[in-house]
Amino acid sequence: MNPENILNILRERFPRSVVEMEEMPDNYIPLLPDNWFEIATLLQENPDLQFDSLQCVTGIDLAEDLLEVRYNLHSMVHLHKIEIRISVPKDKPKIPSVEKIWRVGDWFERETYDMYGIVFDGHRDHRRILLPDDWEGWPLRKDYETQETYHGIVVPKVKEEWE
Amino acid sequence: MGLLEEKFEDNIIVASFDKILSWARSTSPWFFQFGLACCAIELMATGASRHDLSRIGMIPRSSPRQADVMIVAGTVTMKMALRIKKLYEQMADPKYVISMGSCATSGGPYWQHGYHVLKGVDLVVPVDVYVPGCPPRPESLIEGLIKLQEKILKDRPLTKKSA
Repeated sequence: MNPENILNILRERFPRSVVEMEEMPDNYIPLLPDNWFEIATLLQENPDLQFDSLQCVTGIDLAEDLLEVRYNLHSMVHLHKIEIRISVPKDKPKIPSVEKIWRVGDWFERETYDMYGIVFDGHRDHRRILLPDDWEGWPLRKDYETQETYHGIVVPKVKEEWE
Repeated sequence: MGLLEEKFEDNIIVASFDKILSWARSTSPWFFQFGLACCAIELMATGASRHDLSRIGMIPRSSPRQADVMIVAGTVTMKMALRIKKLYEQMADPKYVISMGSCATSGGPYWQHGYHVLKGVDLVVPVDVYVPGCPPRPESLIEGLIKLQEKILKDRPLTKKSA
């Protein structure tokens, strides 16, 4: 099944969730975050789609007060794949978790939370995965500022003399 | 040995106890395995049969309580820095630290943009020998260990330190 058919199935069931663009892209589907859990359930359970493998979840800072989450889905049955892109505002980055649908999403979502501060609503173990729990800020955001000290250890900022 | 053979009743060595003590310490500095990144591979190669650390009296230990030398081999992240400090404090005196590779020495390739990397392990624990390289070959590490042995040999633990 090609991305256009997948898009049409989603349009039919969730007409309000698909972000309509002038020219629809042929390799990904832009969605709104509201019904994402239901859409993901459909993507996995619909016999024509059967996306049984979540290959990657990652975040992107679009630098215009928008953060984006991208999901790469693949079907082992039909051997087709699709990318889902969901944008969320930077001041309230909240998105339904799909960790209950694809178990592998657990660590992917924790990593995306760790790096971008995107909150995955409904995640059963929602905490940082790589950085320490008391870390300040979200390192992969464009406006991230390196903290000056961490538990009394100075993080040198100006290093011209090293060069 | 021809001149000395079969000339004595029993074996006697005359030396100051201080020197004997530091000689004994220098020839068996058991090291604490502290592989953090790719330097650990070279550390393992140094310990393996070709380069064979045991011939200079070094045995790997997995507990800080049994170790004399901590070989910090690899990139030290901020998260690990606190644990390094704790483990160093758990080691029994006399204790020594070898900073292996450019990451442990200065942050290495992460010195400018690595928000999560400690810029030199000497910010948290005192370092005795720095071994340069990325990663250092086993020969360089052995050179560093021999330098450390020379340093231990010069120690006079029982002699009063003049103020």
